[in-house]
Amino acid sequence: MLSKSVSTTQETKKKPINIAATLLVLPALVYLIVSTQAPFLMTVYYSFFKWNLTIPDDRPFIGLSNYLSLFTDTQNLHVMLNTLVLMLSVVVLTILIGGGVALLLNRPFLGRPVVRTLFISSFLVMPVVTAVVWKNMLMNPVFGFFAWVSQQLGLPAVDYLSQYPMASIVAMVTWEWTPFAALILLTGLQSMPEEQLEAARLDGCTPLQEFWYMLLPHLSKSLEVVVLLETIFLMQVYGEIYTATSGGPGISTTTIPYFIYQKAFAEYNIGLASAAGVLAVLFTNLVSSVILRMIGRNIQGVKA
Amino acid sequence: MSTLRETTVRQSDNGKKTAAMVQGSLLTVLTYLVLFLFLFPLIWMIAAGFKTEAQAFASPPIFFFTPTLENFSRALETYGPFLKNSILIVGGSTLLAFILGVPAGFAMALYPGARTKSTLLWMLSTKMMPPVGVIVPLFLIFRDAKLLDTHFGLILMFTTINLPLVVWMVHSYISEIPFGIFEAAKVDGASMFQEFFQVAMPLALPGIASTALLCVIFAWNEVFFALNLTSSDASPLSVYISSFKTSEGLFWAQMSAAATLTIAPVMIFGWFAQKQLIRGLTFGAVK
Repeated sequence: MLSKSVSTTQETKKKPINIAATLLVLPALVYLIVSTQAPFLMTVYYSFFKWNLTIPDDRPFIGLSNYLSLFTDTQNLHVMLNTLVLMLSVVVLTILIGGGVALLLNRPFLGRPVVRTLFISSFLVMPVVTAVVWKNMLMNPVFGFFAWVSQQLGLPAVDYLSQYPMASIVAMVTWEWTPFAALILLTGLQSMPEEQLEAARLDGCTPLQEFWYMLLPHLSKSLEVVVLLETIFLMQVYGEIYTATSGGPGISTTTIPYFIYQKAFAEYNIGLASAAGVLAVLFTNLVSSVILRMIGRNIQGVKA
Repeated sequence: MSTLRETTVRQSDNGKKTAAMVQGSLLTVLTYLVLFLFLFPLIWMIAAGFKTEAQAFASPPIFFFTPTLENFSRALETYGPFLKNSILIVGGSTLLAFILGVPAGFAMALYPGARTKSTLLWMLSTKMMPPVGVIVPLFLIFRDAKLLDTHFGLILMFTTINLPLVVWMVHSYISEIPFGIFEAAKVDGASMFQEFFQVAMPLALPGIASTALLCVIFAWNEVFFALNLTSSDASPLSVYISSFKTSEGLFWAQMSAAATLTIAPVMIFGWFAQKQLIRGLTFGAVK
């Protein structure tokens, strides 16, 4: 079935351009160009100007100064560091916890489909809801649930969001993204041929060896996908920070998206906000070019 | 673990089975425990929605209480206009993304040309673009075009978010239909129109339906454009919920009820579309 469709599509490929088909693709293509590429080019353009909306008529061209300030101002460097810290810690934590969950789910037990379905719930929760619930009802130093748990354990209550602001944000975002990692790793685990594991066991392979020499290499592609996609999605984390900490205290939880929001919508510093936007896009493009190549190979497998 | 294994190997078949069963049930219990810990923030929130404000705010926390529906009815009063905005914007953008995306996905699946693959990948790449890369000019354009705080403005933005997904998913569902079916239709003299409505659509319908669910989920939960391009008239639920960000206890029960109402539809949609969820999020990079 598959091979047949491959050969027939190859034949159609040699046909001249189908005008009707092109007309069907065109509206979507034009819409995406107008709504993404055009504004991005404008962002690039703005990034070369010193432009504050409160002084709209004074718009001198300052070349790369905005970029220079991003890389030299210690405050701005701190924002970029925050973004990396958030991204890296969430990626590592979701892979560790999500991997554990995937291993637990990768065996038959009573109610597995239901458990699997329920596990994705935290991923579906609106980021803003996660933030208000964690901030108010769990992490509140006096009335929050975590404070009560600390007291039961004889520990002092902690004001998480002001004492450990970045760790708190990492905890929330990890809670949201663990199901994503778990489900992709579970898919990877389930594609592991059982006979190979059986054979290894017969040869006296210990569970640890089995994990290290067989499961892990087999999972490498799934892990790669988790890392790349999470990097792209986590680069955009905004709702949790806006709602839970507003980037603070100070700038301790300000990441690039929140920084851009502040510069553009609170300080009206269009030039600097644009330069940061350009950097975010360049970084994401770097990561997504790898993932697109992987996807491209997959399309190759089915078509063309 | 390895010593457990070594001893079980030496035991009789029966002993081996019992040991495996014990180990298995322990792992099952562990799985349920992890699931409970994971769902706890949600369980706690939903429970608070059924408490009185005093109960929700009580310390030490109250675990057993007589549930009340009062918060839900009170939340519904303020929640209503935002719900209407969310439904309008999410529905409108899903519809627009489908009008633009379904024909494109169909055409690229059945009539691939030399540039189809690169076009498809380029469209996907726009889905990976961070919103912060376009927000500044879009804000200025919206301001000048009087689109700020309008339903139409957000519909346009959410369409951008979901359009690549629609094209991609529809393309992949229609590509999975055996090509012979389309050839047979063509031999019978079917036009492209008929191929689409009478052959492709019915066969790809389940996939296309779950694509719609994904669009609804992503648009419903989106917050960056919603916060920055609306202020009051057109604000969806995500903006409403974020207004609780500084609630100091007084409104926990009401907030929980509103949050429960806000996430419930998406949660149910997501459970139904879980397979497609992963497919949509990974763009088929994981099979």
